[in-house]
Amino acid sequence: MSNVTLQESSELVPTYKKKSQKAEVWRRFCRNKKAVVGLIMLCVLIFAAIFAQYIAPYDPIEQNLKNRLQKPSVEHIFGTDELGRDILSRVIYGSRISVSVGLIAVGIACLLGGFLGAIAGYYGGSLDNVIMRFMDIAMAIPSILLNIAIVSALGSGLQNMMIAIGISTMPRYCRIMRSSIMSVRDQEFVEASKAAGASDFFIITQHIIPNSMAPMIVQISMSVGTAILSCASLSFIGLGIEPPTPEWGAMLSTGRDFIRNSPHITTFPGAAIMFAIYAMNLIGDGLRDALDPKLKD
Amino acid sequence: MEQKNLLLKIKDLTINYNTYDGIVKAVEGLNLSMSNGQTLGLVGETGAGKTTTVKGIMRLLPDPPAKIVRGEIYFDGENLLKKSKKEMRSIRGKQISMIFQDPMTSLNPVMTVGDQIAETIRLHNDISKKQSFEEACTMLEQVGIKGERAGDYPHQLSGGMKQRVVIAMALACNPKLLIADEPTTALDVTIQAQVLEMMKKLIAQYNTSVIMITHDLGIVAETCDYIAIMYAGEIVEYGTKQHIFLNAKHPYTKGLFACIPDITAEDNKLTPIEGLMPDPTNLPKGCKFYPRCPMAGKECENENPANKEIENGHFVKCHFV
Amino acid sequence: MPEKLLEVKNLKKYFKTKQGYLHAVDDVNFAINRGKTLSLVGESGCGKSTIGRVVLRLLEATAGEIYFEGANIRDLDKMQMRKYRKKMQIVFQDPYSSLDSRKSVYESIAEPLVVQKAFTNKKQYAKRVYELMDTSGLAQRFANAYPHELDGGRRQRVGIARALALNPSFIVLDEPVSALDVSIQAQVLNLLQQLQDDLNLTYLFISHDLSVVKHISDMVAVMYLGKIVELANCKSIFQNPVHPYTKALLSAVPIPKINVKLNRIILEGDVPSPINPKPGCRFAGRCRLCSSVCKESDPVLTEVDRGHFVSCFNK
Repeated sequence: MSNVTLQESSELVPTYKKKSQKAEVWRRFCRNKKAVVGLIMLCVLIFAAIFAQYIAPYDPIEQNLKNRLQKPSVEHIFGTDELGRDILSRVIYGSRISVSVGLIAVGIACLLGGFLGAIAGYYGGSLDNVIMRFMDIAMAIPSILLNIAIVSALGSGLQNMMIAIGISTMPRYCRIMRSSIMSVRDQEFVEASKAAGASDFFIITQHIIPNSMAPMIVQISMSVGTAILSCASLSFIGLGIEPPTPEWGAMLSTGRDFIRNSPHITTFPGAAIMFAIYAMNLIGDGLRDALDPKLKD
Repeated sequence: MEQKNLLLKIKDLTINYNTYDGIVKAVEGLNLSMSNGQTLGLVGETGAGKTTTVKGIMRLLPDPPAKIVRGEIYFDGENLLKKSKKEMRSIRGKQISMIFQDPMTSLNPVMTVGDQIAETIRLHNDISKKQSFEEACTMLEQVGIKGERAGDYPHQLSGGMKQRVVIAMALACNPKLLIADEPTTALDVTIQAQVLEMMKKLIAQYNTSVIMITHDLGIVAETCDYIAIMYAGEIVEYGTKQHIFLNAKHPYTKGLFACIPDITAEDNKLTPIEGLMPDPTNLPKGCKFYPRCPMAGKECENENPANKEIENGHFVKCHFV
Repeated sequence: MPEKLLEVKNLKKYFKTKQGYLHAVDDVNFAINRGKTLSLVGESGCGKSTIGRVVLRLLEATAGEIYFEGANIRDLDKMQMRKYRKKMQIVFQDPYSSLDSRKSVYESIAEPLVVQKAFTNKKQYAKRVYELMDTSGLAQRFANAYPHELDGGRRQRVGIARALALNPSFIVLDEPVSALDVSIQAQVLNLLQQLQDDLNLTYLFISHDLSVVKHISDMVAVMYLGKIVELANCKSIFQNPVHPYTKALLSAVPIPKINVKLNRIILEGDVPSPINPKPGCRFAGRCRLCSSVCKESDPVLTEVDRGHFVSCFNK
């Protein structure tokens, strides 16, 4: 029986075309309205960051003392601050800092934490113990304190702030990567792969990493928001971006003194921070549901 | 039949699940009745609607997605579907109780087994804590666990003992109807034999009526008086044990018998039922078994066969009987 | 003289636990001839699945020898073992966790071929994969499907196709039908038997379901707590069981017939813990025939009839 079908199929071998799983994930993501809203919000933010010089109506650092503390008007939609700078322009330019800090700090955390977590999870034993105890120590310190400590040690500035935020969020990635690798490691399909003679490298790259990525991606989208907030907090207490560079947290900090008479100075950067974090959380939630292949609808 | 003795009567029960993929017809137009003291075996494969049916009786279906579209369930002459939530709570556990397949998940890991049984007793009887605990110990002795183990936590007991505890809990209030959903599937054969033996003894002793859900025809042969074979949400054949085992008429029932390996037979060849269970969102229009049926004819494709009584108390849902 | 494809001698596998050593497999000996099926039967925790993994070296044995085609595979290094892996495969029980949910049916079946670099071009891979899907009864339209879109029976067919990919001569079947419905179970069992006939495969069939074991086996080994208590050809085990545990196990199987007389032997108690087992027969605590000698020394597997081995003092 099998001989006949063999010959037939040898002439008519259908070439295999892979149906992309990404398309499937995208379809499921799109069905979640909130997630799509989050994605649009993120696109707006990235668009603002890239094309800041074209869409911002004024120079964000040019002072105009005649126009100090003006309420929102047609000329200055978000009003002006204590030095007469246009707040809308500053908020738009500020997105550059926030977006880049968010992405780079999380990138550092993810690569470093993911790598350490992968080693700890796959090999286990004493190596796992050593890595995880260090992570426990790092996690025991409140992240804002750790940030402050690292920035004070390295000195303030954009680059150091990114490193500080990256290091302080790293333990979480390490834990997630470790636990998802440990749960995948003992599955029978990994054993089947071993039984076929696959090397450790093949198993890790083909099975373990793709199956452990879902929680990592969700964590990434969630912690971009946290990183933006940390960046704003550090700037707020004066450890982040040096003035006059526009940054949302720093804007909040300076606007604090005028909050009674000119609340718009703090309201708009605050709203921008909220906007960014909310966008990332919506995307994170949507991704979590969309990435689970077993969660059928 | 014997109307006086009637304990449970289900009329035209239809249960749907509303999902993204469409409406899943889990149970459709199901009729069933059983009298006091009977043991009824509900047999079928995964997705046949066995568990949905009994959860419908217990009113334990999550709504949404499950929806009882129509039908009536009379228990002791009263329609359970008309009962309020509160009335249902006093019926569950007291009059109808249920044993689930997995003993590991049906016990609370942070409570001792004695306390868990005592709690069930106190829920339905107005007695003191101490009294209920003593009764719990008696129940444990009944199911073959020494009374002193009442202070143990579930993880200190083996799988077989846990299932005994679950049975003790289900029988603690002396219910009229016990629903056992694959009570021994998770157990090893020798332990299964122990547990079944004990269950049979207790059922006889308490004169409890039992609905036994299983896919194992061996267990049915051993424990049940009446058997209902379910396929794709319908009962395709119903009768006494003798009817089903000696004179099966529905092609699905026959197929089931042909595809189980028999340990007593000299040499048997398995004749599997071809194909798979139909997609529950897109059931065949006529007879649900039509696509897999070796005897299917023209009328089967478009017309759902009626339930015919071919001998006293033996019903078959097929055009060819 | 039939050729012994796999022979296991004094195989031991202990796991270290906090309470002591868990004797999962304790001094087990058996052999399987080419083209035959040996079944390992026993209740959960008796070590049958561990044996399946140890003979494939997915787990390293604590002691003992495993001869495959005459060579002791425990002496092979990683690279040499990779070549042997082509000839020995495994099918798992759980059709859910045995397939990677992120790989399509095609990718899962192709994996062993890719790992062993079986072919040079894509067309050859595709041809082999579709051929395998054919032999294991999967329609070609499922090539692109992901495991969660398939039912248990089809998933198990994917597992079988994957195991067949490298043309093995020996397959460990670890409860391959336990998770399936009866009608699907029969389909898969028939497929396995047909494959054995067509491809001259040798099976190590691990199961707790005695009816299935009777249906598929040539030889049966009954295990209790890490030891083989009885080993014989299928017919002798089911017609003349000698060991009291085998007798009890056989009598406990529910029979799907009415009007049969059941001579059921109900065993008291549970299986004792396999951690640091006491000396003497492992079954002594539950055995009706237990005498003082049973509690003191270990019975050894001895031949009571031609090819029928029992490990009991009271045979």
